[in-house]
Amino acid sequence: MILLPCAWCGPRDASEFAHVGEVSSRPDPGEVTPAQWRGYLYLRANPCGWTTETWYHRMGCRRFITVERHTGTNEIRAVRAAPMTPQAPGVPAPMTSHPAVSQGAPPARPSEAPAREAR
Amino acid sequence: MHKGTNGYRHAPGRSVYPAKYSAAALFRHGLAGEPWPAAWQSQPMKDSYDVVIVGGGVHGLAAAYYLATNHGITDVAVLDKGYIGSGGSGRNTAILRSNYLTPEGVRFYDRSVKLYQRLATDLDYNVMFSQRGHMTLAHSDASLRTMRWRAEVNKVEGVNSEVIGPAEIKRLAPFLDVSPAARYPILGALWHPPGGIIRHDAVVWGYARGAAARGVHIHQNTEVTGIEVTGGRVRGVRTSNGDIATPVVLNATAGWATLISDMAGVSMPVMTSPLQAAVTEPVKPFLSTVIVSGTLHVYISQTDRGELVFGASVDPFTSYSMRGSLEFIEGLAGHVLELMPALTKVRLLRQWAGLCDMTPDFSPIMGKTPVDGFFVDVGWGTYGFKAGPVSGEAMAQCIASGATPEIIAAFGLERFGEGALVGEKGAAAVGH
Repeated sequence: MILLPCAWCGPRDASEFAHVGEVSSRPDPGEVTPAQWRGYLYLRANPCGWTTETWYHRMGCRRFITVERHTGTNEIRAVRAAPMTPQAPGVPAPMTSHPAVSQGAPPARPSEAPAREAR
Repeated sequence: MHKGTNGYRHAPGRSVYPAKYSAAALFRHGLAGEPWPAAWQSQPMKDSYDVVIVGGGVHGLAAAYYLATNHGITDVAVLDKGYIGSGGSGRNTAILRSNYLTPEGVRFYDRSVKLYQRLATDLDYNVMFSQRGHMTLAHSDASLRTMRWRAEVNKVEGVNSEVIGPAEIKRLAPFLDVSPAARYPILGALWHPPGGIIRHDAVVWGYARGAAARGVHIHQNTEVTGIEVTGGRVRGVRTSNGDIATPVVLNATAGWATLISDMAGVSMPVMTSPLQAAVTEPVKPFLSTVIVSGTLHVYISQTDRGELVFGASVDPFTSYSMRGSLEFIEGLAGHVLELMPALTKVRLLRQWAGLCDMTPDFSPIMGKTPVDGFFVDVGWGTYGFKAGPVSGEAMAQCIASGATPEIIAAFGLERFGEGALVGEKGAAAVGH
């Protein structure tokens, strides 16, 4: 069982969240080659160790958080509000080094969130 | 001269095995009380091998076995960081079937079921394959439609599958609640008589015994720590027990596929998630088929010992942790009781998890990679065990000939760059 400290709601069971996936930067669709685009779509780092990923609190505040989690132990090291989302009081600022911020990508839409729901 | 389905010719009057298992041998050993010789022997590790297979599960050992029997390549090492069959091969729910959705998938898994049917004879090892029939329940019009589609594809490919109604379902599995008042009423099912269950440890041990008898070295507790690649070619592997020079490495590591491929510099479209399963205390035989419900995320079978084996879908996040969770047991118990309300008093014995290397299209990744000599047999997600024999056979052919066999041509790593995915989610996502 994983307890995820949501930036707005506090510690909640991971079953309330949807795992969106690894944080990665989206290449400019107007400039990439099809192979690069498919690499962005399909290739994953999938490390056994610390990874930075996005979770969506679908049964709570319905906002996105950025989580540092160890995939070998499921230990949580840091949780931040995902970039481009409103700030909760007392929550650390979004990671400025986040690729989506540095490239000025639009915020993730909620409709994209449960895309990785495993069945 | 008898020819097995795997192409290996049994020489008359001579056995390559250390001891031939037979009724006469059982009788002789029973009378004399002498101990059985070890099923297979470990050998000291050499400095170099023609082929190194990473992963001592059913896929790796089957590839080694078919390299030795079908292609005469016996200078092969199989490495496992634990013991053989300690990964997915010993953690699956041992269900075999071939009622897939795409023609490529159906042909592939049908070949696997046919190999499994002859496996006990080919390996001289009782793998306890019980073709008791496999039933996938439909709880909605949409899933009934997919099942009709699957049944038609299966029939075209010569695989026995048909859609049946609630009356027939009740006849085959009397404990199922088929009343229209159920929360998820059962509207019909895809009935697949050749499907069934097998003893997965026996398959692993049978292949290990067959491979070792033909000269393959199996090294347990040997973890691969690196793969030597120079000039786009594989030169060797580094292990926790020393370095091995080799021109060919096969990655057959299931959940750890990404970590091994990363060592060779090959990126993988794989996400690793745990899949949990559970088993109950033994009860009298009452369930003669395998029951699967995609809607309820559960599959149920009864072993020869009487235990009920339950499996589910993968946990909804990536992880390499194999710890069980309470929410899994809660969800599973609710779903099982939804299907079979009579099981309320049955107690669970244990639960466990295995790692699944999920691909975006729920089909495997097999064959060559951009690195010369580095082959993959991964991306097996939740459906790898049932494909063990055909994967081993195809990968052995791929390694021996250097050309990709027709039966796995659709499953190459390059399909992700070309966008030619083989969508099996409709038939592989939950049902096993």
